Amino acid sequence: MQLTRRDAAAALAALGSGGAVALAAREWRGTGGRAGGAEDDGAGPDGGAGSDDDPDLADDRQVRDAMVAVAEVVYPSEVAGIEAFVEGFLAGRLEREGHAEGLRRAVADLDRLAEAWYDGPVAALSPADRDSLLRETGARTAEEVPDPAHVPAADPTAAERIRYYVLNDLLLALYASPTGGELVGIENPQGHAGGTDSYQRGPGR
Amino acid sequence: MTAEGAGIQDDRDRSPVSGADVCVVGAGPAGSLVADRLAAAGYEVVVLEAGPRFDDGDRQRRMERAIRPYYDRPDVWDGGGERDAYESTGEAFYPLNHARAKGVGGATLHWQGMVMRLHEADFASGSERGVGPDWPIDYADLRQYYAEAEGELGVAGADDNPFGPPREEPFPMPAFPPSYSDSLFAPACEELGIAMHSVPNARNSEPYDGRSQCVGYGTCQPVCPSGAKYDGSVHAERAQARGGAAGEGTATVIDRAPVQHLAHTPERIEAAVYATPDGEEHRQEADAFVLAAGGVETPRLLLLSESETYPDGLANASGAVGRYFMDHLFAGVGGRLGEPTRQNHVGFLTSESHQFYDDADADVGPFKLEFFNYAGPSPVELALTGEDWGDELLGRLREAYGDHVAVGGLVEQLPRPENRIGLHPERTDDHGNPVPQIEWSIGDRARRTIERANEVQREILETLGAEITWTVGPADTGPAYHHMGTTRMGTDPAESVVDPTLRTHDLENCWIASSSVFPTGGAMNPTLTIAALALKAADHIEAALG
Repeated sequence: MQLTRRDAAAALAALGSGGAVALAAREWRGTGGRAGGAEDDGAGPDGGAGSDDDPDLADDRQVRDAMVAVAEVVYPSEVAGIEAFVEGFLAGRLEREGHAEGLRRAVADLDRLAEAWYDGPVAALSPADRDSLLRETGARTAEEVPDPAHVPAADPTAAERIRYYVLNDLLLALYASPTGGELVGIENPQGHAGGTDSYQRGPGR
Repeated sequence: MTAEGAGIQDDRDRSPVSGADVCVVGAGPAGSLVADRLAAAGYEVVVLEAGPRFDDGDRQRRMERAIRPYYDRPDVWDGGGERDAYESTGEAFYPLNHARAKGVGGATLHWQGMVMRLHEADFASGSERGVGPDWPIDYADLRQYYAEAEGELGVAGADDNPFGPPREEPFPMPAFPPSYSDSLFAPACEELGIAMHSVPNARNSEPYDGRSQCVGYGTCQPVCPSGAKYDGSVHAERAQARGGAAGEGTATVIDRAPVQHLAHTPERIEAAVYATPDGEEHRQEADAFVLAAGGVETPRLLLLSESETYPDGLANASGAVGRYFMDHLFAGVGGRLGEPTRQNHVGFLTSESHQFYDDADADVGPFKLEFFNYAGPSPVELALTGEDWGDELLGRLREAYGDHVAVGGLVEQLPRPENRIGLHPERTDDHGNPVPQIEWSIGDRARRTIERANEVQREILETLGAEITWTVGPADTGPAYHHMGTTRMGTDPAESVVDPTLRTHDLENCWIASSSVFPTGGAMNPTLTIAALALKAADHIEAALG
């Protein structure tokens, strides 16, 4: 099932980011690089904090590459169009104060663990190794907890932060979108402004 | 949003307004409606609101909190903490903060948005059902105010309820059409002789009053990002915009200004003493005061305003302030049908039944039935809580979602003096004031009514062919967060707090606009009646001020 631009817009709404503005093209610049991806263009981070400022915060490119790589593992196999979908909703996430810092820190945590255990960033690993990495971080069994930059009272472990910003952000984006909902049988899932027709319709109509 | 780290310090002027005619405490729907009415009538109005003025632009982020497992329900509207501390010490635990929202708009920011009129017999429980007091007013007294309230809130409904009280005017908007799952229930209900009818919703089925029609976010309770669901901020904003037309007064809404106590003489309130975020206290003087802080904070404020003249609290010569605390109780049965039921597309209800409502007597109270459109899990919420992903997660979601059905309902709870809001003897809030102490128990009639509702609900699901998987009955029922009864209305000053004009018996310039004045609660969601009473109170205040 193909994820579309409409799905990314829906995900942005569910994720509490301004839809149309955030969905405008974002240049994915940074110092990171994804295996098999485009070469680094040498430009600095495009907005927000990045690794030039703080090694504990991933830059745009690193975030984008890691999130696409993880999505390829945590999304169902019948989903297509993952890269554009993830780029679409990430553009909004990275513009959101507080949340963006938590996301950058979570990706930095994940890549640091990937480097230590698998000798490369998550984006450079095989799908099987990405799956193993996610399990080994503890994110699979952890409860989500945001970063204190985002919710001051919170105090997450790395696993809890990865669960919040990487795993659950990706799952929330997918299953609050029309295509993600349709996979389960609900074309207007919670969080999507899908109108007031679908609740009246029977199955298969 | 406070929890997002930005902080909410601001340099807004929160100083008192000189020359005010009316001071309203609370900017929920009741206080905001009164303020708007009186400002429109030419008065200078000040509204003191304990919570903040929320930014509409944050509503999508609040929706995310509603969906994500990290956040508890009070987090959605920045609730909880020392400001909202309370103690529940009665026979049944009362989860007060689950559905409270302090801020401009009040609990309607969080509410479901169902707006039924009380039935005629609800105003005469003692006479008609042999239990509880009669109201000192009847349906005819409120009928016109109900119609006005429907226009003010914007109600989508249809005059198809064969059990409802008489009405002449159509609803402001057409009802939302029935859901697919309503159509599954219809043959079973027909076989059982149970009439289904539409639910009046304070939710736009078409653009209304400058607000969007419903766009189906599906998170109505606790937050509507589109603004299609009415909340009290609509009238707070409207009141503040007054002053342009000839004869209009103005309204000033001061947020983050919790009233600490009411300064008074034996006959009158002189000033509302309120705190501001800078740590200062101020006195807002006015000719008339309207308490509209809901069924918990209103009696608490009166009790906090004790004095030598009134050692048991203000307006409490009857001893009834804080007593007779009532709520509606939930009864429900749910199960799985084994075929698609199309749940969780929207967060509101489209069909209900008042079939059994007026069978009520002294033994079994009134109850209404609700046919759920959100039975069973929401897939997106479920997706965030497992230990799986990929195809395994999708398989789990498909297994869990799709064929759930449920019939819920609300049940009346009788007023009993031992159910009460008091002041806790030790625990204090962020301003050093005693927190509310809630003593609450269910009552035998309410238990019997829940059992009766469960019987009917089971019959419906069995006739439908569903496998019943859960029941919420007398042992595990919970409240609907409708706080009623704690400043009851009556004609006898020895037994009630306000008179039929909503003015306190004891103080000549104090009115109460709240479900706290309900002598009995019926089993209908209370907000339309709260709004109707607020409009009635505004008329009485206008007459008194001249």
